[in-house]
Amino acid sequence: MTTSRYDAIIVGGGHNGLVCAAYLARAGRKVLVLERRHVLGGAAVTEELHPGFHFSVCSYVVSLFRPKIIRDLELARHGLEMIPLESAFTPLPDGRSLCRWPDWHRTRREIAQFSARDADLYPEFGLAMGKMAYFARELIDNPAPDPASFDPRELMRLLRLGKRLRSLGPDLMHLNTQLLTMSAVDFLDLWFESEVLKAPMSVSGVIGTFLGVRSPGTAYVLLHHYMGEIDGAFRSWGLVKGGNGQLSNAVASAARASGAEIRTEAPVSRILLRNGEAEGVVLDNGDEIHAKVVVSGLDPRRTFLGLVGEANLDDAFVTRLSRFKFRGSSGKVNLAVDRLPEFACRPNDNGRADHLRGDIAIAPGIDYLETAYDEAKYGDFSRRPYINVVIPSVLDPSVAPPGKHIVSCFVQYAPYHIKEGADHWPNRREAFGDAVVDTLAEYCPGLKDTILYRQVLTPWDLEKEFGLTEGNIFHGELSPEQLLFQRPVSGWAHYRTPIARLWMCGSGTHPGGGVMGAPGMLAARAILKTNAT
Amino acid sequence: MPIPSPFHPRTSALCTGLRWKDWSGYHAVCSYGTCHEPEYFAFRHAAGLMDVTPLHKYDVSGPDAAAFLARVMVKNILKLRIGQVTYCCWCDEFGKLLDDGTVWRLDEHAYRVTAAEPNLAWLRRNADGFDVTIADTTERIAAVSLQGPNARAILKQVTDADMDALRFFWLTRTTIGGRDAIITRTGYTGDLGYEVWVDNDDALPLWDTLMSAGRPFGIAPTGLDALDVCRVEAGFIMNAVDYYSANHCVIEARKSTPYEAGLGWTVNLDRDPFVGQSALRAEKERGATRRFVGLEIDWDEFEALHARYGLPPELCSEAWRDPRPVYTAGGTQVGQATSGAWSPILKRNLALATVDRPHAAIGQTLRIETTVEFVRHRITATVVEKPFFDPPRKRAVAGDAS
Ligand SMILES: Cc1cc2nc3c(=O)[nH]c(=O)nc-3n(C[C@H](O)[C@H](O)[C@H](O)COP(=O)(O)OP(=O)(O)OC[C@H]3O[C@@H](n4cnc5c(N)ncnc54)[C@H](O)[C@@H]3O)c2cc1C
Repeated sequence: MTTSRYDAIIVGGGHNGLVCAAYLARAGRKVLVLERRHVLGGAAVTEELHPGFHFSVCSYVVSLFRPKIIRDLELARHGLEMIPLESAFTPLPDGRSLCRWPDWHRTRREIAQFSARDADLYPEFGLAMGKMAYFARELIDNPAPDPASFDPRELMRLLRLGKRLRSLGPDLMHLNTQLLTMSAVDFLDLWFESEVLKAPMSVSGVIGTFLGVRSPGTAYVLLHHYMGEIDGAFRSWGLVKGGNGQLSNAVASAARASGAEIRTEAPVSRILLRNGEAEGVVLDNGDEIHAKVVVSGLDPRRTFLGLVGEANLDDAFVTRLSRFKFRGSSGKVNLAVDRLPEFACRPNDNGRADHLRGDIAIAPGIDYLETAYDEAKYGDFSRRPYINVVIPSVLDPSVAPPGKHIVSCFVQYAPYHIKEGADHWPNRREAFGDAVVDTLAEYCPGLKDTILYRQVLTPWDLEKEFGLTEGNIFHGELSPEQLLFQRPVSGWAHYRTPIARLWMCGSGTHPGGGVMGAPGMLAARAILKTNAT
Repeated sequence: MPIPSPFHPRTSALCTGLRWKDWSGYHAVCSYGTCHEPEYFAFRHAAGLMDVTPLHKYDVSGPDAAAFLARVMVKNILKLRIGQVTYCCWCDEFGKLLDDGTVWRLDEHAYRVTAAEPNLAWLRRNADGFDVTIADTTERIAAVSLQGPNARAILKQVTDADMDALRFFWLTRTTIGGRDAIITRTGYTGDLGYEVWVDNDDALPLWDTLMSAGRPFGIAPTGLDALDVCRVEAGFIMNAVDYYSANHCVIEARKSTPYEAGLGWTVNLDRDPFVGQSALRAEKERGATRRFVGLEIDWDEFEALHARYGLPPELCSEAWRDPRPVYTAGGTQVGQATSGAWSPILKRNLALATVDRPHAAIGQTLRIETTVEFVRHRITATVVEKPFFDPPRKRAVAGDAS
């Protein structure tokens, strides 16, 4: 039994846990991070699954990661490099295709093939969303204001936000209401007429949710994906050089530099309680470690129902927690291929393919996406799913051997709850992988012959391997009713928990999932404010 | 990635200075040589030939074409006669400027609009209920601008159209080298000048014809840098430089009204409803709080300032576009100059600025920021009449003195 006393133990070495640890350590606290797996990063991880191929196993692009964290933790010095994506490509089965570029006029010409009107409107849409995102930025960089609170400071903050929203003008007030209430498709219909454009745009609204592009509320999630920024450039997505794990490693390096201790292969089995207060953790191997506070980077269900135990919690809290929706709906297929994929609708030009230097959406129509959702609704994975493909090795040759490539396929829908029952996923895994590769091969005819290695991650695998409850990639759906002051449970949105000295810092808290770091930073700030450590 | 214009085979062969930029998604020449000055002098003393294909062009036709254009433009297009061209601007429903350009009446029910930015979506959005067809002809029509005192003489060599009769801001349909062309007496130099519009397929023959006919008259291919000096001399406002389209503004303060931008003269308020009318009426009654003015920067102070550093006055030969704060003599900032240039023909140091109304009267003495040896200074700039350069030949019909 270890008795060494820490100021804080962080359970889980996901990027949020690491960010929280780094901030606490920088403030002079003695911090210990305990990670169950052999690598750090959680869903922001790089693993060499096949010799020479370094996969961003789960998350694969970043943009929401808070620039303030990069500056505060000096992550550039600790090895973080980001490479912006250069295009957004939508191949169509009929041989046409749409590619959007940072070059406005080039994009305009591409869109004009489908609708000249949409082409002109596209930058206006970007501006409107940009304004909303700029407004929302205040929300993600601060704890969620709670309208149910009687704390005058909270009410002042709400008032200020209301005023700011009003100052954006009547158009944006409308936009805000539309975003909160509409479906992604209805919202896009207000602007655009071309399906070819709307379909790939609408999918941002359903990422990580068990909803379809026509389900109300998905417009808001769309905005979530417009909030990204890299180097102050809003709305750009990028790769982390060396894979997303390098972001986690950079944060870990910053944390260590400030004195934090980080252990891998150290699964926590429960949180030690005394008189209803957290006083440390117990590891799977029986070791007990004590600390002034325990901070959980796991999702709320795992934290409370797993590590704390229902018996130690108030009934109402448990009830509300059990209503928090996970319902994982996505999977991932990672391929190692021996040459650059080639799309029939836009062949490569002598090994050069500008349209592959970004993200590629298999989203050829809105009905296609709804059909994919229909299958999931009734407990099956989509035969022809939405696939978000990124070939990171095009922009970052360091992740694959020369001339070879990684094809990262984020796939929706793959419901955790398949009709046979989630535990039957292992029997369905390869069929799911085949559906994904078959779908992609419809656009890239030669693809199958080039595959050297394939990893298929179903939502069940995401739960078992990465500890993501029901395979939800965001530690709980990012639907409007599970955001802001209601994440994860209203009344407990400020990183505190009903258990004294136990805190939360993962994606299940405000402002939510994605490689963002904000929950970790805001939790650290809240903990330091109370002087609990 | 910009695309080549239909003139690209010629312009790229001539552009030995390799100075290009992206203009509305086209490769456009900044200057053919390494320095734009000879091209400027071609514009002012002979004739400059410039590829202006990247201008956005919309062909509006149908029984309601005139009514529709009257509805979207701040000017009463119903008054435009066949063969006439007019300069105007258009606004959003809050009376904030979206863009400026020209409207031409080609026929009873056929008009063309030229614009600095893409406007198709906006035009179509406002076309509900009108029997009109709006076609984006930007990529189908090639255009050159032929500007300068010899422009008319050159055109007379290549067309049968009565160039002597073609008045300022009118157009004529004709043929050049046997191919259809439209000649408008328009331009962005404030000088005698024309623009010639043809189908893409006719672009190269047009270029060749004009270049060879123009040779005895000193024609030179000219780029955007030379044009930029000319347009400052002419006092013309420029979208995305001196004002910003309301569609691209993040904040209200960035937007302007036509009255603020010196385009109040294009607004015809008292007529059937048009987009932005009520806001513009209110603005007119209130009076715009800012004005777009011409400034002349005091030469003696400029020279004396440099002398303090042991320097002769250093003038940039290109027009500038980096905004410079403008102050009152007392030191309060009252606006900004958004473009400026030394005028080689007028020998005056000029700027175009937006200033708060109380400080915008002709003759008002202001101060403009000027940097010498990395140190900021303020020197006198006086509000003066625009256009700075306005030769009679610009409007004259043949036979008038130039
Ligand atoms: C397939 C997939 C694709 C995604 N794509 C993107 C993307 O491209 N861009 C983006 O921004 N976001 C993406 N996301 C979402 C994003 O990756 C996550 O929201 C984010 O990484 C979660 O970070 P976290 O630190 O909050 O939690 P996690 O990364 O889940 O960290 C929790 C950590 O706790 C550890 N743990 C669990 N149980 C225990 C225990 N008992 N004891 C000790 N340790 C434990 C886990 O191993 C894990 O390391 C994706 C997610 C997935 C799954």
